[in-house]
Amino acid sequence: MKKNLSEDFSMEDSLEQIIQEKNLVYRPTRLMTGATLSYCPGCGHGTIHRLIMEVVEEMGIQAETIGVSPVGCAVLAYDFMDVDFTEAAHGRAPAVATGIKRLWPDKYVFTYQGDGDLAAIGTAETIHACNRGEQICIFFVNNGIYGMTGGQMAPTTLEGMVSSTTPYGRNVEQMGPPLKITELVAQLAGTYYVSRQSIHKAATVRKAKKAIRKAFEVQKEKKGMAFVEFVSNCNSGWKMTPNEANQWMEDHMFPFYPLGDIKVDGKLVKNVIQDL
Amino acid sequence: MAKVRGAIVVDIERCKGCEVCVVNCPTDVIAMSKDVNSKGYHYAYMEHPDDCTGCTNCAIVCPDGAITVYRIKN
Amino acid sequence: MKEIALIKGNEAIAEAAIRTGVDAYFGYPITPQSEVLEYLQLQKPEERTGMVVLQAESELAAINMVYGAAGTGKKVMTTSSSPGISLMQEGISYIAGAELPCLIVNVVRGGPGLGTIQPSQADYFQATKGGGHGDYRLIVLAPASVQEMADFVDLAFELAFKYRNPALILSDGLIGQMMEKVELPEPKERFTTFDQSWVITGKTADRERNIITSLNLDPELQYEHNIKLQQKYERMKEDVMFESFQTDDADFLLVAYGSSARICQKVVDVVRGRGKKLGLLRPITLFPFPTEVISELSRRVKGILSVEMSTGQMVEDVRLAANGRVPVYHYGTFGGKIHSPEDVLNAIEEKFIGGF
Ligand SMILES: Cc1ncc(C[n+]2csc(CCOP(=O)(O)OP(=O)(O)O)c2C)c(N)n1
Ligand code: SF4
Ligand code: SF4
Ligand code: SF4
Ligand SMILES: [Mg+2]
Repeated sequence: MKKNLSEDFSMEDSLEQIIQEKNLVYRPTRLMTGATLSYCPGCGHGTIHRLIMEVVEEMGIQAETIGVSPVGCAVLAYDFMDVDFTEAAHGRAPAVATGIKRLWPDKYVFTYQGDGDLAAIGTAETIHACNRGEQICIFFVNNGIYGMTGGQMAPTTLEGMVSSTTPYGRNVEQMGPPLKITELVAQLAGTYYVSRQSIHKAATVRKAKKAIRKAFEVQKEKKGMAFVEFVSNCNSGWKMTPNEANQWMEDHMFPFYPLGDIKVDGKLVKNVIQDL
Repeated sequence: MAKVRGAIVVDIERCKGCEVCVVNCPTDVIAMSKDVNSKGYHYAYMEHPDDCTGCTNCAIVCPDGAITVYRIKN
Repeated sequence: MKEIALIKGNEAIAEAAIRTGVDAYFGYPITPQSEVLEYLQLQKPEERTGMVVLQAESELAAINMVYGAAGTGKKVMTTSSSPGISLMQEGISYIAGAELPCLIVNVVRGGPGLGTIQPSQADYFQATKGGGHGDYRLIVLAPASVQEMADFVDLAFELAFKYRNPALILSDGLIGQMMEKVELPEPKERFTTFDQSWVITGKTADRERNIITSLNLDPELQYEHNIKLQQKYERMKEDVMFESFQTDDADFLLVAYGSSARICQKVVDVVRGRGKKLGLLRPITLFPFPTEVISELSRRVKGILSVEMSTGQMVEDVRLAANGRVPVYHYGTFGGKIHSPEDVLNAIEEKFIGGF
């Protein structure tokens, strides 16, 4: 007769039975260095780092991968991801990555950039690297704000959104509307895969990881630029708890920055003009 | 009936008490401890370990990679 | 047999880069140096040697491509002219901070601002005192002929790799545009004899990851890093280079670099023809500056005239070297005007009161 677990074992016993190496179903990837992340509690940067490293681990390409970190909260990304890295000046990561990739055409090169870095000060480098179809991956973290410098307006800050430099909310008459740079680069011939993801829910994390994998596969096949945006939170900048921030993101960011693939295999799969 | 049973192990010192895992657990296993770790964060723990299915949801959303997940089929 | 060619200074740089095994060039057009990129594209160096040549979207992008590529441990360079070099300064500071070898060429034109496209030597301060933010120095070479434009490419890389430091060739529109007969450098294999332990190649299991960065948030570490850099700049003194013309018995000394030195050489000949003892000291490295030899000469001469196409920049370093022992004057035209030997002669007569 089969025995009921809870009858037979005390709680401690059964946990001991479960927590064994052979039953392991998920452990954080060893390609994270183990250093304590410098990010605020609940900040999406940590999850995105880990997903990138999970993909690098699964593809077995650690020894061929070079990252380029931005200026922004992720400036120290190289302390956390266990691959060779170059730290770029604010906004210049796509140019730095271009330099590396042109000399190491067979290695995997990715940039990791915030929205201020990629869509404000580095707009020219972003657009031209995309337009040239550099064989790199750009991972773009859109948290609608300048996190590192204390929550100022970013090009992506939503209309009416409060930041330390838009204390009464972003006035689009003065500042223009938020910039959808991902829809912009999707229209360039050099981009082969363009997608927008999020990492606040288990289901979206799984999709986001697939997008990262796809991006590296595109680079492997030298098809062109793979550009993945992550709509993420900045609970410190937004002045919310992490879960409030994630809910706010769903309610306000996603309607303006809709999730999903935008360009697949070099073809637009969304009406980006309408989405602009 | 074969029952899937899981368990998580939280690296208490890595946990920053963000509670993202809590809302992502489909079976409400996780709660935040009253105690704090050495950095002053309340950390996540299994308040209802019986209900854990080992689905890994909590672990993959944890920004700090603080959760390891185990699962067995009985 | 050596190959001889009649080419422009800018073309000499480009041809020398291909021949001496430069791995990559990233640049953006600006007068008076656009011929470098044009010549490279025409020569198809990707076929000749496998050299990468890319026209960037701006000097900002170009210098950051150089920064990225220099981290691979290969020989990478860019060229530009004054406004473009100004735009590169943040990147150059990063490269210096991260201690990467590379070559930057400035074919100087008159400023400030958009200035003029005519030759100038008014970027001396920017080249030799750092240029961007922070305490750093570039190795600065000042060619005075098209031949030296060709020869200094390889020399600059030798020094850049020796010290893991960016090197800059400070030329000007005169030498960049001038045509002269040049002995072309011998074709050279890519050299790999330097310490490559710092290079980003992808982390293998047998080593810690390599990180190219100029960031040290801990002031203690940043302090240590700065000390290390300063010690390196101090060591560079062993590579100071200069050329002396008739300085042994000179009563008066001219100090001039680059195209001003060519003009001053003529002046020395004219003045010597009149039986007066004038000499010329031509710094070849502007950093490290030939302080010692000028200091030495300042004990023997009655006065020094620094001649440069600027309102007076190098003269400050000459004064520091002379340390008040003799009067040090400045003469120079600027704003894109080039001084003639007669101009310099007049200046000598005017400045060295009773000297001649
Ligand atoms: C040339 C330059 N200008 C400004 C800064 C200051 N700065 C540092 S990070 C940053 C904004 C970063 O915001 P974002 O790219 O959105 O990254 P986040 O911190 O939000 O992840 C700014 C303006 C700088 N370091 N360098
Ligand atoms: S400031 Fe914002 S973006 Fe930066 S670590 Fe904190 S939550 Fe993340
Ligand atoms: S998600 Fe991770 S860091 Fe946040 S409370 Fe849960 S275990 Fe702790
Ligand atoms: S593994 Fe699944 S069921 Fe178990 S605690 Fe985590 S989210 Fe809840
Ligand atoms: Mg941001």
